[in-house]
Amino acid sequence: MQVTMTVNGEEVTRDVEPRLLLVHFVRDHLGLTGTHWGCDTSNCGTCVLWMDGEPIKSCTVLAVMANGRSIRTVEDLERDGVLDPVQQGFVEEHGLQCGFCTPGMMMTARRLLDRHPDPSEAEIREAICGQICRCTGYENIVRAIRWAAEHPSTAEVNA
Amino acid sequence: MQVPAPVEYERATSVEHALDLLERHGPEARLIAGGHSLLPMMKLRLARPEILIDINDLTGLFDVRVEAGELRIGAMTRHRELLESATAGEQFAILHDAERVIADPIVRNWGTIGGSICQADPSEDLSAVFAALRASAVIRSTSGERVVAMDDFHLGPYTTAVGPAEMLTEVRVPIRAGSGSAYEKVERRIGDWAIVAAGAYLCLDGSRVTDVGIGLAAVRAEHFRAGAAEDALRGGDATDEAFVSAARLAAEGCEPVSDQRGPADYKRHLAGELTLRALRRAAARARGQEA
Repeated sequence: MQVTMTVNGEEVTRDVEPRLLLVHFVRDHLGLTGTHWGCDTSNCGTCVLWMDGEPIKSCTVLAVMANGRSIRTVEDLERDGVLDPVQQGFVEEHGLQCGFCTPGMMMTARRLLDRHPDPSEAEIREAICGQICRCTGYENIVRAIRWAAEHPSTAEVNA
Repeated sequence: MQVPAPVEYERATSVEHALDLLERHGPEARLIAGGHSLLPMMKLRLARPEILIDINDLTGLFDVRVEAGELRIGAMTRHRELLESATAGEQFAILHDAERVIADPIVRNWGTIGGSICQADPSEDLSAVFAALRASAVIRSTSGERVVAMDDFHLGPYTTAVGPAEMLTEVRVPIRAGSGSAYEKVERRIGDWAIVAAGAYLCLDGSRVTDVGIGLAAVRAEHFRAGAAEDALRGGDATDEAFVSAARLAAEGCEPVSDQRGPADYKRHLAGELTLRALRRAAARARGQEA
C-alpha cells in the first residue's frame, strides 16, 4: 500500500508491504542508513528515531503505522555542515568506539536536551537506559551528552 | 532477521470504525495500538493475524482524568503519558512506581496501557497494579458497552474477556479517601519482565484496614491477586506484624515456576518480601508520609 510521510522535513511517498518494519523502510527504501538495525526485539535501541517528535524503536513499528506522520532520523542532526551539539559532544568526549549504538543514543540525547536542557547524570542514564552500548561502558556517552548540555550552540565551538 | 508474516492493514478513524472493521473481518483481525507486544509475537509467528486494524488515530482514547469518583485512563494512553500524569500520581502512587520500571523510556513513548493489559502476559506489571487497585475495564462492541471487574477481565495467560469483535476503551479505578499504594519489582535488567513484582493498595480509617488489594506479577497468582493475604488484612489493624503475616500468605499462595529468571523458591521468597515492602510503603503513603 502507498504511504506518505515527512522524513527529515521532506515528504516521501512509497509503495510498501504492510508488514515492512519502519527501520527497514528508512534504511532500505529511503537509503537513510544512519539509523541502525540491531536486535529486532526492541531491546538494544540502535534503531531509535523520532516519530511525531518522540524517540521510538523503529524495529517494532510498521512503516504503514508512520503513514501521515513525521519522522526524524540521525541524518537530520547536522545542519548546513554544522554538527548538532550532541554530535560534537560525542566527538569531544570520545562517546563512541564501534559506533553501532551511536545514532540511537544521539537521537535520544537530542530529545532529552530539548526537554531538559541541563540534565543530571542520573537523568541522562535514565534516558538512555533502553539502549545498549558494548564498547564504552556508557561513561563517555554520559559525558558526551553533558558536554552537549554545556555547549548548547556548536557554532561557537567550530568558530 | 525477524519480520512479521504478510498481513493486511487498515487504519481506524473512530472507535465505531474500528469495531465495524473487527466485525467485518472476523476473528483473524487484530487491533494494533503501540504494537510493542503484538509485533514481537508476529515476528515469532506466535500471533498470525490476517489483518491489523491500527487504532493510533483514536485520539479520544488518549486521556487520563478524574470523573465520577474514578480515575479514568483511556486505553490508548501511552506509558509515558501515565507516568507524566500528575493526576494519576496524586491519586495512585502505585501507577508511577510501576511505570518507572515498565520496559524503558523509549518503549514507554509508544506502548499503550490498553495494549499491555490486553496482552495479559502473566508477568505484565499493570495487570498486577490494576488487580490491586480493584480497577474495572470498559469494553465496547457495536452493540454497546460493558464494564467488567479486573477479576473477570483476566481469564488466564494471554486471555482476556475482550471478545474478537470488541475493544477495550478505558480502565477505571475507584478513588477512595485515606488510601495509599505502592509497587515493588525485581528485574534482571532494565526492560526485562519482572522476576517477581508486587503491588499493594490500602485504605485506612485510623489504624484499621477498611480495604486492601495485593497484586502479584510473574508468580501465577490467580487473577494476579493474593486473595488470602488480602482477606487476612481486611478489617484488621494496619500493624507491621499484620503486614508480615500477610506477606507470608502471599508467598504461600502463589505458584512460581523455575525458569531462566530464577528458581521457584527464590521467586516465592521475592513474592513475600516485595509484598511486605509494598504494604509498608502503601501504609506510609496512606498516612501521608512519603515512603
